[in-house]
Amino acid sequence: MGLLSASNSITRYRVEGRLKTPVLETVAAGLKKNAIGEIDDQALEKAVGWTSYAKPYQPDFRGSNYAYGAYLVFALRIDKKSISPGVVKKHFAIESSRHLAKSGRHYLSRNEKQTIKDHVIDRLNVKVPATPHVYDIIWNYEDSVLWFFSNLKTANEELETLFLRSFDLTLIRVIPYTAAYLDSGLTDTEKDILINLSPTDFTGKKSV
Amino acid sequence: MLDIAVAYNRFKFLGDEFLTWLWFVIEQDLAVLKNADPDLTSFEIGSRMVVEKKYKKTVERITIKAKDAGLAEARMALKNGAMVTELNLVYRSAQHKWQFSLKGESLNLSSLQTPKIAPPESPDEMEASVLEKIFLYDKILQFLEKLYKHFIKLRTSNRWNSREISLIKKWLNAER
Repeated sequence: MGLLSASNSITRYRVEGRLKTPVLETVAAGLKKNAIGEIDDQALEKAVGWTSYAKPYQPDFRGSNYAYGAYLVFALRIDKKSISPGVVKKHFAIESSRHLAKSGRHYLSRNEKQTIKDHVIDRLNVKVPATPHVYDIIWNYEDSVLWFFSNLKTANEELETLFLRSFDLTLIRVIPYTAAYLDSGLTDTEKDILINLSPTDFTGKKSV
Repeated sequence: MLDIAVAYNRFKFLGDEFLTWLWFVIEQDLAVLKNADPDLTSFEIGSRMVVEKKYKKTVERITIKAKDAGLAEARMALKNGAMVTELNLVYRSAQHKWQFSLKGESLNLSSLQTPKIAPPESPDEMEASVLEKIFLYDKILQFLEKLYKHFIKLRTSNRWNSREISLIKKWLNAER
């Protein structure tokens, strides 16, 4: 979902650490180094990388075209190929028969079956175009805040991994605990109380 | 600081309590909302609410379409030990309206609709549109962050046990 869409989902992060200055150059290097690569016509099943917000299908990080005012705006792209199990089954059966006919044997070993299956999947992957999924990102570097426009678990996990690899910075997801511990201005005493909290019972018994 | 995966499960109840408290505040304590945002015109329960009662091994989940069924069923569930786990909310500031769903365990926002902006008609207008949209996201997120801070300060204070719980219980049990 694009950040300009009428309806959106947002996962919030706090960014731990600071970049080497000049910041824009460091960001550009991280984006370029891990920009999405095309996997159509290749045996690869999945690709994950950064792409431009404005041109998600032609990533371009030249200049500082990802800087919008004080914000860094770009996107995570996950390209994935999907082959139906039925197609794999069909091609596996054809390939297995050919293999048996060629060798004159009546059965295949488990290893041979796996090798044939891998070969079939690789060959099909070359023919199948990848479906791109684009998730926009807004990074307020000064405030160490990042918004990711998806709540999908797998997309969030890919983001956290790629972000660390690209910028050597850790993303801390804003969840009830981190929002309380890091962003609520609690004193040390209040943090100690927080750690020991247990659920409130609104039906009768008293909470801790 | 605790490991995030451990903390997610250990403290997701805090997010559910936040939503439950938020509903109470929306109905009973406008001053808290106004303190978080002086520009606020209104803040109300939107089209959907999810309440859950957790048992040892199972969870009983009730989804209420607020507009259709009213909230009596949700209130009854809370009196019986359930908590609000997801809330659709409508926030208004001046003539503008934001609507979104907030999930307790993650504090994630979904179905977030901000006031409409004019779509960019050329690449040159893109930056202005993006910045305008960021401003609109920031407005609602800052409001929620302030409310959560207020809740956490209250939750870690003596006032929670000495006063707030009984006020919430009184609100839940009030005749309507």
